[in-house]
Amino acid sequence: MLSRIAESLFWIGRYVERADDTARIVDAQVQRILEDPWLDEAEACGSLMAVMGTPADRVAGPLNRRVLLDTLAYDPVAPSSIAGSLAAARENARRAREVVSSEMWEVLNTTYYAIPTRVRAASAHRFAGWVRERAAVVTGIADSTMSRDAGYQFLVLGRSLERADMTARLLATTVLEAGPTWQTILHSCGAYEAFLRTYRGGRSGGRSDTQAAEFLLLDRLFPRSVVNALATAERCLEDLDPDAGRVGYADDARRTLAWTRSQLEFRSPAELLEDLPVEMERVQQAVSRVSDAVSRRYFPMGAGVEWVPEAM
Amino acid sequence: MQPGDVRDLVNVFDGYTDKPTAGQAWDEMIAPDGSVRVPARAVHEAVSGMSVDDLRSRSDSLAATFLDRGVTFDLAGEERPFPIDVVPRVLAAHEWATVEAGVRQRVRVLERFLADVYGPMRAVADGVVPRHVITSSSHFHREAAGIDPANGVRVHVSGIDLVRDAAGRFCVLEDNVRVPSGVSYVLENRRAMTQALPDLFASMRVRPVSDYPERLLAALQMAAPAGVDDPTVVVLTPGVYNSAYFEHALLARSMGVELVEGRDLVCSGNRVRMLTTEGERRVDVVYRRVDDDFLDPVQFRSDSMLGCAGLLNAARAGSVTIANAVGNGVADDKLVYTYMPDLTRYYLGEDPVLANVDTWRCEEPDHLAEVLDRLDELVVKPVDGSGGKGIVIGPQASAPQLDALRERLRADPRGWIAQPVVALSTVPTLVGEELAPRHVDLRPFAVHDGEDVWVLPGGLTRVALQESTLVVNSSQGGGSKDTWVLSDRAERDTTELGRVGGTTELEIVRSSPPDAGPAGEGSNRQQEQQQQQRRAAGTPSSGRPSC
Repeated sequence: MLSRIAESLFWIGRYVERADDTARIVDAQVQRILEDPWLDEAEACGSLMAVMGTPADRVAGPLNRRVLLDTLAYDPVAPSSIAGSLAAARENARRAREVVSSEMWEVLNTTYYAIPTRVRAASAHRFAGWVRERAAVVTGIADSTMSRDAGYQFLVLGRSLERADMTARLLATTVLEAGPTWQTILHSCGAYEAFLRTYRGGRSGGRSDTQAAEFLLLDRLFPRSVVNALATAERCLEDLDPDAGRVGYADDARRTLAWTRSQLEFRSPAELLEDLPVEMERVQQAVSRVSDAVSRRYFPMGAGVEWVPEAM
Repeated sequence: MQPGDVRDLVNVFDGYTDKPTAGQAWDEMIAPDGSVRVPARAVHEAVSGMSVDDLRSRSDSLAATFLDRGVTFDLAGEERPFPIDVVPRVLAAHEWATVEAGVRQRVRVLERFLADVYGPMRAVADGVVPRHVITSSSHFHREAAGIDPANGVRVHVSGIDLVRDAAGRFCVLEDNVRVPSGVSYVLENRRAMTQALPDLFASMRVRPVSDYPERLLAALQMAAPAGVDDPTVVVLTPGVYNSAYFEHALLARSMGVELVEGRDLVCSGNRVRMLTTEGERRVDVVYRRVDDDFLDPVQFRSDSMLGCAGLLNAARAGSVTIANAVGNGVADDKLVYTYMPDLTRYYLGEDPVLANVDTWRCEEPDHLAEVLDRLDELVVKPVDGSGGKGIVIGPQASAPQLDALRERLRADPRGWIAQPVVALSTVPTLVGEELAPRHVDLRPFAVHDGEDVWVLPGGLTRVALQESTLVVNSSQGGGSKDTWVLSDRAERDTTELGRVGGTTELEIVRSSPPDAGPAGEGSNRQQEQQQQQRRAAGTPSSGRPSC
């Protein structure tokens, strides 16, 4: 398949997942700001924006929910906002229309066109719900209409890398004074009920906050945990290049992924949780490196060829 | 809204104090002189600033939220969203402090009373309560005698119904210590209200309710039989057709435990197990939402399909805890209720924090005579009823109804009590196109874990949506309101809303911005567009590419 197409699919995966996760995170944090009477709104908004990579320094005037939503949800161009991610996903689909199924294209396209109406009409909570729903439709259509060829692997690869990145960002917020509670975090990953069932209420033996962090970081079965997302990404790379030879891995992306996952899986949870923000920063950097490595190997067109007319 | 629309200029509170109910009862927002009571000021100000249309649309969005989340009840075979009013009820910190202290005291007395009734019967020996009052209660179960709960708790969950009289005092109307329901509406109301009135909510310090499931689970785990570590808790529901099934599912889900029906449980060798794909698994604590009568066909109704045969013997053998305990109904019998002030003094040596509503015991001949004489001005209730069933409100009953009631009272005086009509307090409620006073009650929920009685800050406020109606049950046209308990502390109460970590202070976590894909870069776009324009200029027929 064409590199350009593969790249588009990879980024559709990443952007749709980013919109989905950002919607979950913002929704949960806004609900928390509303429900917790002792929380300082400006601080809570600022810390979340910093973690999402859009520091609040650039914002003029006081920080509040409105600013948070404008930056992380409604900004139509920034690649870190929900609306911006959905627009970018649709833009990528437009470039790959010949391989993206028309059903998938239509979902992305109608979503894109519905954004302004949704932003105007609904509350933030409803907007976030709608985004989650659209993301689920994209995932469902990909699941049921795309052949399990390289294109599908690139889509899932993008999605899984983004998911690992987003869950890592979220976990980094846990040490903040005005950061979300463990319930908020679990809610934002859609993991609250799964967690409760796994740890039976989170109280039996051990502190619930540690257990929640452990669950979102290390659980092998929950699809939004960092370890699960990294492992899924690894499997995609393996499917893309099944013939790894007999010794080691030549592929940078695979090496980085496996190394990062092993670092998480084979160190003691206590050690990891001790300095969670630093560990999570490492995960984010690793995801960036993997993304670059995938681009270098599979989408080499990035380095444009420049023709220099020879001087006569 | 168009400028100049006349409805814009109309304050939603206009005419509020002229309503027929106003003045007779304690209004929780507007004092008789027309001033606004202090705790309700912020809400009053916010609501006055809204137009009726605005209120109505927020109210509709509340209903839509409930329908989406399945917070419904069946009305003639149709699923309706449980009515929730858009104006919250506000309780000040000091008002709540009284309620909380009163409820905690009440629960402690009820616990002591139940332990006594199913044990030494000291209160009877000491002449505080006549023996026949206990033994004649239809919810007194001899089968429950001799079951010693593991940590001494029988009333794991209780809902004490309170009303506010014309002087604004809270009084206890009845105790519910069997399977009190309604807490799911407290949780869902709060969730929906924060979405409907976000700015108002954020501007006030309202104590959160969301940790109820966690508290409940902790209490249930602490009630597990001795020697069990990591106990398995289940919620036992009568099934999907029960009107409170939504609540059972919500509690099981938010506690992360299994929701079981009777047929999922087996009992053999005095051990209760549930049937799972991994074989039978031991159950240690059953939080049952099935009535005593249906709980165990061996002991109670033998035709019950909802319970688990042998459960009660297993509890007696101490291998499983039933919560709430079997036989609790004797404590919320309305005749026993009349002895509660005496029992409080007897067991705790304290005066009751919350008073009872004056009550006539129909089984005492002089009381009965007075009741029969003044029947048209009293409220008469069956002692073992719940949910507003069988209640006759004298002033609203017809003469034949009262005559029939007289016959029944004479035939079964033990079965009835009578109370004066309490003018329940009122709260502004959106009715049609205006706000009007509507009567409310309050059901705070208390969780007893053996060491402490925790009262959920708020509780369920039920509101009678019909004008002048005093019956607030949802089956009889009642709705609910979110109950906001204000906190007077500027500091966080560490026991509320547990936090992750909390070790590092004010550390700035700063992440790099997310990676951007190729669509974000505009370098090629320009060229592509130029090419297009050139082509478009050459061949006018080719328009914009369709997208």
